[in-house]
Amino acid sequence: MASLRSTSRLFAASRPFFRPATFARSYATVETGTPAEPPAKMKSFKIYRWNPDTPSEKPTMQTYNLDLNKTGPMMLDALIRIKNEQDPTLTFRRSCREGICGSCAMNIDGVNTLACLCRIPTDTKTESRIYPLPHTYVVKDLVPDMTLFYKQYKSIKPYLQRDTPSPDGLENRQSPEERKKLDGLYECILCACCSTSCPSYWWNSEEYLGPAILLQSYRWLADSRDERTAERKAALDNSMSVYRCHTILNCTRTCPKGLNPGLAIAETKKMLAK
Amino acid sequence: MARLSGLQREVLSLYRSCLREIRNKPADSRNNFKRYARAEFQKHLSVNKKDFSTVEYLLRKGHRQLEMYASPGIRNIS
Repeated sequence: MASLRSTSRLFAASRPFFRPATFARSYATVETGTPAEPPAKMKSFKIYRWNPDTPSEKPTMQTYNLDLNKTGPMMLDALIRIKNEQDPTLTFRRSCREGICGSCAMNIDGVNTLACLCRIPTDTKTESRIYPLPHTYVVKDLVPDMTLFYKQYKSIKPYLQRDTPSPDGLENRQSPEERKKLDGLYECILCACCSTSCPSYWWNSEEYLGPAILLQSYRWLADSRDERTAERKAALDNSMSVYRCHTILNCTRTCPKGLNPGLAIAETKKMLAK
Repeated sequence: MARLSGLQREVLSLYRSCLREIRNKPADSRNNFKRYARAEFQKHLSVNKKDFSTVEYLLRKGHRQLEMYASPGIRNIS
């Protein structure tokens, strides 16, 4: 406060500098008074609830109301606030809250996305509906069972396979052009948003690998350092693994990281056809 | 006995595979495993046999548990 006064006195002679000083002073008086609360922006969230401890009870939709002025901008903020303040039994996965872990994948207003990357729609008249990822077995509330997904990921051997050691014995080197092929592939965080939005995967999840896994599979097919490309291609060359993709492209549309699994699958098909 | 539905046969087959797995356990803990498996099934005796979604969920859960307890590292159960 004292410093503010001294500056205003310092510049009192010159007109244009005087103005900001008065601004600063009036701002200070507003601070000391009680600020008027903006009108509450209540929004309702309908959330899928199911408890495995009482399996014979059917799943229900539970409604929660939140004031958006006191909530962070993202859906995950709303969920965390509901869990903290209204209902500690609400269950969901979350970790990094910045779209890099892929834990909070769920179906929000009909779109598979990460809760931490999805803004709460500011329209307070309509309610937001939150479901777990579609066509997955539910563990509890918004937590889907990812066992099959991870099993399929394991089946494509998602690691570098080489028989010859690198020439200098230190690193497996790659040219910038070869590295460029991996852009748009390595960013995938395996949130399963794309796989669970794919109708083909809904009906054939046991055998069809699904867009997320095929994107990863292509990531290793396209890697110049990998020496088992032929083996990988042979593993995919059947009617179910890849060719259940009918280029519906729900995967590309829903990907919260903006990747293109549809393109990767098309490239895989091209490689297999050669 | 009336003819069993597909779901009922699945439940019985799960129980039989549980009993079969128990034979791979050490002899002195087999009774404990048997008691545990029976108790797990008896917990849900009250479920209506027409409540398919619940029975299917319990079957999935049962298979998961069987897979877990079948691992040779688990020697006994209380």
